[in-house]
Order: sequence, then structure tokens, then C-alpha cells
Amino acid sequence: MTGFQPMKLLFVFLGGLVLLFIIAPLAGLFLATSPAAFFETAMEKEVAGSIWLTLWTSMLATLIFALAAIPFSWILARRKFPFKRVISAVINIPVVIPHSAAGIAILGFVSRDSLAGQIGDRIGLSFVGSAPGIILAMAFVSIPFLINAARDGFAAVPEKLENAALNLGASPARVFLTISLPLAWRSILSGLIMMWARGMSEFGAVVIVAYHPMTTPVLIWERFASFGLDYAIPVAAVFITVCLVFFMILRMLSSPYDHAEN
Amino acid sequence: MTMLKIKDISIRLGQFELNRVNFEVPGGEYFVLLGMSGSGKSVLLQIIAGLISGASGQVFLDGKDISNEKVQRRKVGLVFQDAALFPHMNVFKNIAYPLRSAQLKNREIEKRVNELAGVTGVSHLLKRTTANLSGGETQRVALARALALSPSCLLLDEPLSSLDVQLRGELRSLLRELNRRGQTIVHVTHDYEEAVLLAGRVGVIEHGNIVQQGSPTEVFQHPRSEFMARFVGIRNFFNGTLSGEPGSARKFHTGGITFTILSDEPPGEGYIVIRGEDVTISKNMTTSSAVNNFRGVVTSLGPARIGTEVMIDMGISLGVLISDESAASLELSEGKTVWVSCKASALKFIGK
Repeated sequence: MTGFQPMKLLFVFLGGLVLLFIIAPLAGLFLATSPAAFFETAMEKEVAGSIWLTLWTSMLATLIFALAAIPFSWILARRKFPFKRVISAVINIPVVIPHSAAGIAILGFVSRDSLAGQIGDRIGLSFVGSAPGIILAMAFVSIPFLINAARDGFAAVPEKLENAALNLGASPARVFLTISLPLAWRSILSGLIMMWARGMSEFGAVVIVAYHPMTTPVLIWERFASFGLDYAIPVAAVFITVCLVFFMILRMLSSPYDHAEN
Repeated sequence: MTMLKIKDISIRLGQFELNRVNFEVPGGEYFVLLGMSGSGKSVLLQIIAGLISGASGQVFLDGKDISNEKVQRRKVGLVFQDAALFPHMNVFKNIAYPLRSAQLKNREIEKRVNELAGVTGVSHLLKRTTANLSGGETQRVALARALALSPSCLLLDEPLSSLDVQLRGELRSLLRELNRRGQTIVHVTHDYEEAVLLAGRVGVIEHGNIVQQGSPTEVFQHPRSEFMARFVGIRNFFNGTLSGEPGSARKFHTGGITFTILSDEPPGEGYIVIRGEDVTISKNMTTSSAVNNFRGVVTSLGPARIGTEVMIDMGISLGVLISDESAASLELSEGKTVWVSCKASALKFIGK
């Protein structure tokens, strides 16, 4: 029989406070939204359009940048090279700087006066006030989540398995695709979900690069600034619901050894 | 014909160093590299497989210099100590992996996998996940996978070290069978019993150098270095036949003399090992619990690492380790006749 454990009780109490701190504002948001207002908002063309824009731009940002970030993560996990620590620190810069500052930096980089902006113009691609600009802003602030998770995933794959595959006649590309990638997949998938979720919820950088077309976080801000809290709450409730549904589905799909061939 | 030739291989990895290692393995030979942990034997295997770069010297396989060949193009199959099976693939896919790398057709892959599974005794495991395999099964699958591309030389890194006694025996039989079929094998181990039981030839590696090469009998009966003597102790190895059934009085016949031995091994061909420390010398025949008593002549005596090593000819040449005080009190000298005794339990039989 275990006796009275004050420390355990204190920890449980503190944990409860933290949970309450997270749940209470969200619960309040939903309680302040009547089912009628919720569905009416969800059916609004502007709201539905902004949610759809937010979903596809964040997904595309994740997928496009994953093509480069995943192999780069493998290099970070497996190879030694000069300034590796510096590069690892650079990767995390988007996490530590204010996102409005990140937005300003991206805007400077892709504005029509910049080299990237001019090249974009020539091929008919405008970054400012457009979906490509939103994608860039989302990717900038969220890519560290993917790189860090994928690098940790690759580092956890025993190097011996990659060596064994090479010894068995596989090319380095085949080793990467058939050994490293499947074995690190759980971490990579987790990183992809985190990158997508972080990109989807981004406001600061996106609002500076592209106020229009409006992603949902910008729309929530716009409703709040123009009409007040009562008009912002239902949009926030609908958007949070959509995010949670997607987040839960993706988390359920990421079970251990998804690619196991048993 | 030489299948594998290692010429002047040297490398420095931190504190560790391989220093101008040379040896040759003829086609079809079972070569055991024997050394303690940290001696460099596993590093040497990885250099041969191309997994460690930066070594000077050359590696020749079937007459061709493969020192600068890419890992995936060297025709050497390496079996890692812990097998390194791919955990996200089942047994079939593990064995098929090298065949898919070689872009064989599905039908050929299936045929070859079934063939290899038959040889290595894992046919019933093909659909199993690798996580549920026993130690012996894991090593068999690793062997089948390494053999899939018909390597010119099979490299084994302590393949028996994680197995219990019975499984070791079974896997040893499989390795012998593979070698009998003509497979050239280089096997590294720290276990002299593996060397005795499997090797056609043994190379002893110490601190990054090959200090002795030869047949197991040559290497163990005539250790050429203090390291080797320390490594194996003064051990007497004799080839012969064990008779009698377990539970009865057992006899081991070798070189015209017969030892009484305690053993529960089945009768048959094999070796006995007698540690020099377990043999006593006396001037006259004495009555004691020692049932093996032989008269012999001292052929040589000299200092060992500790004590005195005495070689006695009693039909076979037996090495005995005694204290310096005993050697003095027995007034031992070359040509002197003495009695040697050892208990039946001091003899260890290793079946072939």
C-alpha cells in the first residue's frame, strides 16, 4: 500500500493547471460560438475560401520544401563537414526570430526590386500578395520543425544497416530510399505534420508578404480588427476544428513502421 | 589459387592502428582471424568490405585490386556480429534485397531466395518478421542474405558470439557445409574453440599486426609470441578419437596413447585440450585422484611468462607449466625421465 504522497499530488495539481491553461481558452471559444453561428460561418464563402487557401498552401509548402529538406537532414545526420554546427544553428533561426521580422525579411527578398522578385516576374510568378508568397512565408517559419525531426530520425537509424545494404550491392540512392528513409519515416512524418501545422497557423510572416489573398489566421485578425471579438470567434472556432481534425487524422496514420512489410 | 590477398594494409583510427597487415586466403579455404577485442580484426574485415576508407595498402580479390572499388561493387559478403537484418522487411525481403539491387526478375529472385533458405535452413521463416527470430535464426538469415549474390569471399564478424552452445554447434555445421561447397570464408573471432573447430588456417592478430599464421595445430602447439602463449595459455591440442558412450568410462585415443576423460559429448573424432597448468610432474609414479599417468622424458624446459614451461615426450609432446620452485626441487633437466599426471576432468574434448 502506498502512503500519502504530497509531491505526487502537487505535480498532478500543477499538471492540471497547465492542461486547464491550454483547454480553457479553447473551450471558452467553442462555448461562445452557437452551433448556428458555427455552421453559418463555415458556409461563408470568404471563410471557406480562406480555409481552403490555408490548407493547400501549407500542404504545398511542406511537400515542396520536404523534397530538399529530407535529403539535407540525412546529410546533417550522417556526414561531417566544416561549419556543421553553424549550419545547424542557422536552421533554427526562423524559430527564434519574431515572425513579423521574418515576414519583412522575406518581403525584402522577393519584392519586385529584388533579384528573386525580378526573376519571378520574368517567369510570370509574383510572390508579393499571392499564394506563392504565402507558401514561402509559411515554409520559412516552419521548415526547422521538419529538418530537426528528420535529422533526429536519420541519426537514430543504425549506420550499420546502411553499410550492410551497401555491402549487399545497393547503390547509395537505393540505400537511402529503401533503408534510411523507411526506418526514419516515423520521425519524418512527425516533422512533416509539425511543419504543415506550423505553416497553417502562421500569421506574422504571412500577413506581411500577402495580406491578400487572405489565409484564415489573417482573416481572423481582419475580422477582429474591423468588427471586434464577436465576429472573430466563430471563424477561429471553425478553423481550430478543421486543424484538429486534420491533425488527429495524420497522427493516427503515423504508427510505427508504416512501411513494414510483414 | 589465391582468392583474397591483403597486402600491407595500414590505418590509424584514433589510438588504434593496423600496421602493414599481410595475408592470403586461397580459394575454398576457411581462414580464421583470431584476436582479442580491440586487436583490429573487425576493422580489417570492414576495410576488405570497403566500409572503412583511408587505409593504405591493397586488397586483391580473385586477382583484381579492389582497394578503390566502391563498396557495392566488391564481391565480398559481410555478415555482421549482430546480423544487421533490416527490421522493416520480413525474412524473404531481407534475403531478396541484394537480388533486387542486382535487378533480377521476380521469378529468379523467388527461386534464388528459396534455394538459399533451403541451404541455410530458414525456409519455414520466410514470411516472419525479423524481430521474432531467435539468435541462431537471425544469423542464418544474415548468412543467406550475404550469400545471395554468390560472393567470392564471405566475411564473418564473430557470427557465433551471441549464440548459446547448442546453436553454435548447429551454425558451425552450416558454416562447414558452406565451406565444403567451395565457399571461401574469412571468419574473425576471439574464441580459440571456433578456430580449432572451423579453421583450415588460423591467423593470429595482435595490436593491429598478424603475429602468426598456420594450421590450428601449428598455431596452438607452437605459439610464436608471448602474446599468443598468453592468449591461449600453454594448451595441449591433440587430434584423436573419443570412445565409449556418455555415462560410461570414456577414453580418448591419440598418438598411440589413451587418456581417460570425463565428457558427455557423443563418441567420434575430435580434439582434446589440456591446460599446461592442470598437469603435474613427479619423479615416481604416485597414487592420487589423477587417472592419467604416463612416463615421459623431458625434452626442454625454460621460463614461461610465469613459472617454468616443461616439454615432455611421452609418445606425444605435452607442455606443462610448473612453478620455478617445483622445477628446482624435482631437479628437472633435459633427458630426465619423469611421470606426468592429470585428472580425467582436466581434459576437455571438442567434437568435430
